[in-house]
Amino acid sequence: MAKELRVELVAVEERIFTGTAELVTARTTEGELGVLPGHAPMLGQLAEPGQVRLKLASGETQVWDVTGGFISVTGEGVTVLAEECSPASAADRH
Amino acid sequence: MKKITKAMELVATSRIAKAQERVAASLPYARAITHVLTALASNANIDHPLLTPRPVIRRAGVLLVTSDRGLCGGYNANAIRTAEQLIAKLKDEGKEVLLYVVGRKAISYYRFRGREIEASWSGFSEQPRFENAREVGETLIKAFVAGADDTDEHHGADGVRGVDELHVVYTQFKSLMSQTPTATELAPMQVEERTAEEAGVLLPAYEFEPDADALLDALLPKYINTRIYAALLDSAASESASRRRAMKSATDNADEMIKVLTREMNSARQAAITQEISEIVGGANALAAAGSE
Repeated sequence: MAKELRVELVAVEERIFTGTAELVTARTTEGELGVLPGHAPMLGQLAEPGQVRLKLASGETQVWDVTGGFISVTGEGVTVLAEECSPASAADRH
Repeated sequence: MKKITKAMELVATSRIAKAQERVAASLPYARAITHVLTALASNANIDHPLLTPRPVIRRAGVLLVTSDRGLCGGYNANAIRTAEQLIAKLKDEGKEVLLYVVGRKAISYYRFRGREIEASWSGFSEQPRFENAREVGETLIKAFVAGADDTDEHHGADGVRGVDELHVVYTQFKSLMSQTPTATELAPMQVEERTAEEAGVLLPAYEFEPDADALLDALLPKYINTRIYAALLDSAASESASRRRAMKSATDNADEMIKVLTREMNSARQAAITQEISEIVGGANALAAAGSE
């Protein structure tokens, strides 16, 4: 694997996650979106209710339930802004 | 008495630390949303109602943040005084002022004086949560949007009395010893538009999902909520700091008083003892004198 994404997941009341990931998937109001390293800069509003999935370099996948969220992709990395954010329960993962 | 104030001082001290932590925790989001908004504003054309100053400003909304409980020195008095100055200034400019109030202290202040309060919230001044800020923010934004179609006589098609300007008065936490009440304008917002040349770097050509205007629509209210949340958090930290200071001086005063009273008691006791001794000695001397005769 060549590059990794710098990912930042911030909720209003605290920073939830910072680190690197290989792939970030989220659903915007327009449709499913997968972000790999080198993705074009973009700004999207996340669908509600939405999930953000991070595939970490270790192969582990983290899933977060996000409400009131936005995703911003720049050359430096991915920032997910959320009004509320919590780890998704195992049953909801799909 | 001293124990009570000492306990309150300690509680307030721990609350300051907690409040400061929460201010710090809310910063990444505030920074990120500002960043995103700047990027958006530089790419989209800005004629959003939340961004454009109205030609005629008839009514201004003022949000005042105070505490629910007292015993925090001049904290509320200072905030209310700053708000009053702002209101007087706005009235001088010919604007009608609508009051939005957070915290029981200011609510009772204005109730007692029979002044009209447009909306009020209380019960979270020491530990505000984002939901509280959102509630306040939604009310304010609704009033602001409703103000767009108002004319001099009518309240516009929606029939709601809206505002054309939003101000917020809160207490800024500078340090443990210094907290200043400040008034800032919340809406319309001033957005710094940066072009690639000014920024010195090439701004990324963003793709927008959905389009930029819809995004702006969704983001701006959230930004205002964030600003209100920040104001609430700052005020909470200031409130605890003021209370700590007030309670500290109360504790010191109690200490002083205990010292004075203890001294008084000791000297009174000493006087009583001295008197008793001199009576006994006097009596013994009298007896001795009587026995020797």
